Amino acid sequence: MTTIKVNGAPREVDVDANTPLLWVLRDELRLTGTKYGCGVAQCGACTVHIDGEAARACVTPVSAVRDRNVVTIEGVSGTAAQAVQDAWRRLDVVQCGYCQSGQIMSAVALLTERPHPSDDDIDAAMTGNVCRCVTYVRIRAAIKDASRTLGGG
Amino acid sequence: MAIRSSASLGLALSRRRFLEAGAAVGAALLIGFELGDGRRVLAATTDGPFAPNAFVRIAPDGTVTIIAKHVELGQGSYTGLATILAEELDADWSQVTVESAPADVALYKNLLVGAQLTGGSSAMANSWDQLRNAGGVARAMLVSAASAEWGVPASGITVERGVVQHAASGRRATFGVLAAKAATMPVPASVTLKEPKDWKLVGQQHLPRLDSKAKTDGSAQFTLDVYLPEMLTALIARPPRFGATVRSFDASAALQVNGVTDVVEVPAGIAVLGRGFWAARKGRAALKIAWDESAAEMRSSEALFTAYTELARQPGTRARRDGDPDAAIAGAATVVEAVYEFPYLAHAPMEPLDCVVRLGADACEVWAGSQAQTIDQETVATVVGLPKEKVQIHTLLAGGSFGRRATPNGDVAGEAASIAKAIGGRQPVKLVWTREDDIRGGRYRPLYVHRIRAGIDASGRIVGWEHRIVGQSIFKGSALESRVKDGIDPTSVEGATTLPYDVGSIGVDLHTTDVGVPVLWWRSVGSTHTAYSTETFIDELAHAAGRDPVEFRRAMLAKAPRHLAALDLATQKAGWGTALPTGRARGFAIHESFKTVVAQVAEVSLGADGRPKVERVVCAVDCGIAINPDVVRAQMEGSIGFGFGAALHSEITLVDGRVQQSNFNDYRPLRIEEMPAVEVYIVPSASPPTGVGEPGVPPIAPAVANAMFQLTGRRARRLPFARRTV
Repeated sequence: MTTIKVNGAPREVDVDANTPLLWVLRDELRLTGTKYGCGVAQCGACTVHIDGEAARACVTPVSAVRDRNVVTIEGVSGTAAQAVQDAWRRLDVVQCGYCQSGQIMSAVALLTERPHPSDDDIDAAMTGNVCRCVTYVRIRAAIKDASRTLGGG
Repeated sequence: MAIRSSASLGLALSRRRFLEAGAAVGAALLIGFELGDGRRVLAATTDGPFAPNAFVRIAPDGTVTIIAKHVELGQGSYTGLATILAEELDADWSQVTVESAPADVALYKNLLVGAQLTGGSSAMANSWDQLRNAGGVARAMLVSAASAEWGVPASGITVERGVVQHAASGRRATFGVLAAKAATMPVPASVTLKEPKDWKLVGQQHLPRLDSKAKTDGSAQFTLDVYLPEMLTALIARPPRFGATVRSFDASAALQVNGVTDVVEVPAGIAVLGRGFWAARKGRAALKIAWDESAAEMRSSEALFTAYTELARQPGTRARRDGDPDAAIAGAATVVEAVYEFPYLAHAPMEPLDCVVRLGADACEVWAGSQAQTIDQETVATVVGLPKEKVQIHTLLAGGSFGRRATPNGDVAGEAASIAKAIGGRQPVKLVWTREDDIRGGRYRPLYVHRIRAGIDASGRIVGWEHRIVGQSIFKGSALESRVKDGIDPTSVEGATTLPYDVGSIGVDLHTTDVGVPVLWWRSVGSTHTAYSTETFIDELAHAAGRDPVEFRRAMLAKAPRHLAALDLATQKAGWGTALPTGRARGFAIHESFKTVVAQVAEVSLGADGRPKVERVVCAVDCGIAINPDVVRAQMEGSIGFGFGAALHSEITLVDGRVQQSNFNDYRPLRIEEMPAVEVYIVPSASPPTGVGEPGVPPIAPAVANAMFQLTGRRARRLPFARRTV
């Protein structure tokens, strides 16, 4: 048994140590908001926060997060998260929606660190999150909208 | 229920649960259409198997559930279908939810296709009259219920935002309160629909999407998110070349992997089943398989390009011929000729292909983001040996598709069913294609070569046009082969045979090739290549004639008023002809597909690597009545990125029959820093709605290419752009 801390609560899972966190979240814990898109950290659909930083769950072995705080789309909270989710809804960013958990987790991590990002900051933080519907125009606009909500800038 | 049902979307409500829900609420108002025999079907009173022929259900709490016959792939179909019906119903948008329809060709077929299929950008076009009537009928029955309850004439009753009122008597009631009574009222033979000036929802600049909340909090349910009790995850080891088959396999090492439960041979390859994805993936990696490649496709893309280019020198099967193009070109003052090469393209939707099947002794349930429910239903029924009525399709949200989830043979559902059958229906099965399976799995946009020749007279007017297209047919060899007429697959030549310009004599020929690479429609289908060749070639001719490319087009569009209007709107908004900063150029393209006309102006600069950097795109779209203008804009934005991304980066290449790409590292999608600013303008229209899911794709690549010519003096005649400058 391995114990990991997900969305603030300890969870016990019986998996091989090299099992990617993504499949522990999904297949074991049924936290299905975190998506599989590529399995090789090329698309960002599996983005979660590990100790507050955006990370790709598909290439993170569960053994690497034992003493760390994992937060998924189901558990993300705080002013930046609220601002991002509100902006995403206000602007109707989503199309198919499959990548958007990951997009939102990356955007929240960005705005938590930099509440008023430049265009280059947005590119750097979001380039790893692929959207095949190509909602990037609205993702960019929503991040700026959320930034305004967070004040200043 | 193992599936979490989203309250806002009511997804995947099983028939049984639907019946229970119907019983619980009593006589919920359910409006449908009369069956052929005039029988009226109401969900709550139907005996025997539930036969939902309805598009709307109103619950006592006032919730208006609209039943969507089309899948939501991201294109906004749920919101659009609901808007049409809710408009005529005068529903309160905040009370509207959507539920996916079961598979039923009689009730839920796409009226333009004949199967229950979402494709051809037709969801709104084929549903417009149907759902306006469904909403109007429901409204009329609520009004007659109120009239009967209150003893007042129907003529004095008004309906607004889910509330029925009689001003003279001061009576009012919500839809929910009137639902039970309305269910007993006669179905009107016809209803009067609203005048456009009275629309409150249709055309509203930003009516919120119904799926935004669930898609921003992780609760939206896709097929990958289905977890049934005892369910196993299955991956299939597929042949390394198309057309190869299993000669022998050794499953012993795979079965040693912790969590692997079964290894079974199925028509698609060798399936490994396990408790969860990771076990199945490790098990698959441990398989030893000997493949029989005697019938496999062994050619390379480069060999196909060479062979196709040779074929393009010869006349093919006539797809269109007006006048005598050969003679016209022979007599022209100037002749221009170009050959274009288009690679295979994968769809690569974000949600990998997947399907869940639960097979019982006499029934089968399927969960999928199905884009062709009745085809998938028939496929699964055949595979498992049940009548199709015993196969229930639960349509879930699909994580993108771009055409991939609609196949003439229901490939993914059929595979999942074959695995469920191979284990005797012992446990439910979730089949997952890995991203590598998806990129290497075929069903590509076909590889094509085009050759166009045209002649210009001394006054700079095009007098003859000859266009040859070489490539595989999508329909040939499929269940839809009857769509091939006189040797012409319309999906190979659409956009070329429908050239909107007056070019004097015109000929379009097709060579259909036989290659063992499975092909499929890919967002905007034939127009993915015909728009590029025709719109860049027109630009070449304008240059040869010494004319402005927009003015050159305009002069040939006298009989195409919709094209002219879109051209004018896009070029005016883009400031066509005005000065640009040094190093920037504009390119224009216009194309009609699926009865929608889209014109785009791309402002482009040269990136440091010599590739186009698109700074800004101005887009004008005529899609008839814009039901949800914000969804129309979103589809144009996304289509521009999708089309540009493919033109910039994407190609599937074969070397000795093996696909060279495997994942997003080498089949590159567009990323955020490559996305231009986009402005979308909708041409005002009173015509019935057409479609917006695909028509934004075709013009962007030629618009960018035409701008690149302004910057470099070179024509990109082979896609993707990036391959020329690496």
